Amino acid sequence: MAVKIKEGFKVVGKSVQKVDGFSLACGKAKFVDDFDLPGCLYCKILTSPHAHARIKSIDATEALKIPGVITVMTHEDVPRIAHTTAGQGYPEPSPYDTFILDKKVRFVGDRVCAVAAETKESAIEALKRIKVEYEVLEAILDPRESMKEGAPVIHDEEEARMIIPVPYDKEKNLASHADFTVGDMEKGFEEADVVFEREYESHYAQHCPMEPHICATYLDENNRLVIMTSTQVPFHVRRIVAERLQLPIKRVRVIKPRIGGGFGAKQEVLLEDICSALTLKTGRPVKYEMTRKEEFMSSRTRHPQILKMKVGAKKDGKLTAISMKVLMNTGAYGSHALTVACNTGSKVLPLYNKALNVEFWADSVYTNLPVGGAYRGYGATQGYFAMECILDEISRELDMDPVELRKINHIKTGESSPVFAALGEGKPGVEQKVGSCGLGACIERGMEEFDWAKREDRKKEVSPGKKRGSGMCILMQGSSIPEIDMGAASMKMNEDGSFNLNVGATDLGTGSDTVLAQVAAEVLEIPVDDIIVYSSDTDMTPFDVGAYASSTTYLSGYAVKKCAQKIKRQILKVAGEMLEKDSYDLYLEDKKVHDFDGNSVTYKEIGTRALYETDQHQIGAIASHISHKSPPPFAAHFAEVEVDTDTGKTEVLRYVCAIDCGTAIHPRLAEGQCEGALLNGISFALTEEYVFNKKGRMMNADFGSYKIFSTGDLPEMKVILVPTYEVTGPFGAKSVSEININGPMPAIGNAIFDAVGIRLKHAPFTPEKVLMGILEQKEKEAVPV
Amino acid sequence: MGNVINLKVNGLNYSVDVELGETLLDVLREKLDITSPKRGCEMGECGACTVIMNDLAVNSCLVLAIEANNAEIYTVESLKKNGKLHPLQKSFVDNGAIQCGFCTPGMLMSAKALIDRNPDPTEDDIKEAIAGNICRCTGYKPIVEAIKKAVSTMKKEGS
Repeated sequence: MAVKIKEGFKVVGKSVQKVDGFSLACGKAKFVDDFDLPGCLYCKILTSPHAHARIKSIDATEALKIPGVITVMTHEDVPRIAHTTAGQGYPEPSPYDTFILDKKVRFVGDRVCAVAAETKESAIEALKRIKVEYEVLEAILDPRESMKEGAPVIHDEEEARMIIPVPYDKEKNLASHADFTVGDMEKGFEEADVVFEREYESHYAQHCPMEPHICATYLDENNRLVIMTSTQVPFHVRRIVAERLQLPIKRVRVIKPRIGGGFGAKQEVLLEDICSALTLKTGRPVKYEMTRKEEFMSSRTRHPQILKMKVGAKKDGKLTAISMKVLMNTGAYGSHALTVACNTGSKVLPLYNKALNVEFWADSVYTNLPVGGAYRGYGATQGYFAMECILDEISRELDMDPVELRKINHIKTGESSPVFAALGEGKPGVEQKVGSCGLGACIERGMEEFDWAKREDRKKEVSPGKKRGSGMCILMQGSSIPEIDMGAASMKMNEDGSFNLNVGATDLGTGSDTVLAQVAAEVLEIPVDDIIVYSSDTDMTPFDVGAYASSTTYLSGYAVKKCAQKIKRQILKVAGEMLEKDSYDLYLEDKKVHDFDGNSVTYKEIGTRALYETDQHQIGAIASHISHKSPPPFAAHFAEVEVDTDTGKTEVLRYVCAIDCGTAIHPRLAEGQCEGALLNGISFALTEEYVFNKKGRMMNADFGSYKIFSTGDLPEMKVILVPTYEVTGPFGAKSVSEININGPMPAIGNAIFDAVGIRLKHAPFTPEKVLMGILEQKEKEAVPV
Repeated sequence: MGNVINLKVNGLNYSVDVELGETLLDVLREKLDITSPKRGCEMGECGACTVIMNDLAVNSCLVLAIEANNAEIYTVESLKKNGKLHPLQKSFVDNGAIQCGFCTPGMLMSAKALIDRNPDPTEDDIKEAIAGNICRCTGYKPIVEAIKKAVSTMKKEGS
């Protein structure tokens, strides 16, 4: 038997043309709103002006008189089934505390009732004419108040519950709780030469996908409900909508067309239920798109957290104990409350596995404020802010380079952390040893690119009234949820030698259709353009949990690899018959199967023979994949800022990110994931925030006053991909999409300290806060003690 | 009812019956089935609906349809000629300037309007021209690079 050894990759690792690039560049690619649905009704939602109120009555008489208004739907018209809007696998680790429409509203922006009308204009007019009588209730607008004795109970309905055995106490407004301790905390802090205790506060933010949440529903010719929706989780949408509307799953089809970004916001089943209910009621297609204002006020946000940190270290920098206590504000509903809070510990604490004594405590509490949800980073963003800022303080106390402190303490290849097993997603985690870890190299490459050694010299380059400083941090994330997530793919071969690749995995703009095609192309020795990718249609593609938890490349990618390998075996079998050789004596190359005697058959000949000529059959396969570990990608971030000491404005001059995501299947797309996450993170650290009035209403729900970065604010960003090979991933790949959003807050926070000597523990670092800090510092210096 | 406007879109003449409050974006998307301009905020703050109107890049969600009477409008559908991508489009595809692609048509039209009036823009000119187009996916860097590269391609082709 001869063997052909493959040298390097042919398609993997190449920045091939994005499979949907051409159609997107031409404006031809279709998003939900681009489909024409004859006879379509427009849905609009009346939202609550109160943070907490009971609905006494809804009078839609005047609204229904408006020409074109077809129906007004209230809580009396829909099944009352408690559910979670979190698009997670079943059984969801989020409380069932939400109803399609309810008699009670729990935050400003909560939905009250729905209108369907012939035109958007008449639907909007109808909203104005619906009379709602409220009994306004006392509201909780500060998570510190939620669990106090006598606080109003936000979920006083009897149905609210957790469906998995985890702590939940709605009487106390406790949406979730998790804790663990490893080692001996007392001993750990006793051994320490320095112990720091700090409290950090992270803030609300919105994902701001350019395409708002949108969904269109209709009944097909067989009276099945079709939901075309901008979602990250089509299969969860099918399951959850069927359950909420009491339909058999077989009656529901979910189609995901092109998606205009999600970042976690679209891992939420928010519109599909009400839109579907209206279609079922009227028999007509219904479209519902959130306005940008609704996107801010009524969809989902990043959960704000208050983090109490206590960290002990020896003089040599070795960490002895880490305590992290989190109070998380989940808003009015507990979507992702448990798992985001758990991730704050599970994605951060294992990084410092040299600390043998670790404790974690997280309470997620209800408030009458906007609802948290999945958001790129998923709890790790908040956790790294606290962790990496306190370590910066410790390194200065020890008179040690912050880089050195990290090097001494971070996890390395072959090592583990008890935190992996202690903390999972609604159940204990999965023990794992770190396989690939390029963190050491990331730190070195990042330092070199940033010229970390000369950071003090660069401080002299500033203009008057400005001060310069540098900061850094290190990070890890995960790749999929081990032993919970599943991805699947199916393929078939056509007679021209092309292949259909159908995946449940959900390309929401990340480029995963392209990455998955590359994986298949690599196995089958073909160019990507011989693969026709179709993703996320519950009737047509196999199951996939969806695009979240940094899972698509790692998990769904492996399913594609397995599927393509099955196809390869079938191709070899047919080719073996044609060439009269054992399939072990054949190899694939250039869309052909070759033997070692110089004979070959083309894929076209193989495909044609299989479908038309001899022993006809469809060359086709399906494969699924689950993972038993969640290999972390690692990164080192370095930021240089200039602070205007008169205005307090912080400008990021340079940002360097070195990342180990294993093999970057498509380097340009991988870099794109990094750059996008970085700028979102920088914008989150400096300008993005929710401004509330005293009644809990967000006052800046538009891009004019909720400032996200544009090209006018663009710092110099450098992304360095540091290759490693993760043996459990497809062709060595790990995840890349989430990790880098976690770095800017601590790296910039530490750089601001380096520049002006103030520690900002309450993000974002707006000019007001920085200036206040500078002024307070001046006052302190002026007063002799 | 009864307000008829005449406009030229991508070289074709149209007469459209419009409502008083209707925007150019509505007319393009709902009445002419030109769906490349996207609805991102309907407040003129995100740039996803950018089209070129009388040589200027405008937010079509802020232009009343009646204001577009007798105007000459170009959308991204006009860029591809004889099956060949415009250098800007090609450069966006080749340089990773497209992730979800929702901002892409607006971004391309802002860039096109810039190059039409200034065939040799600096990096700052480019950043300024697309400062009103929000992209949440890419961090803008590849978009700026793509426009720079398209400019140099066009200069070479022109010379």
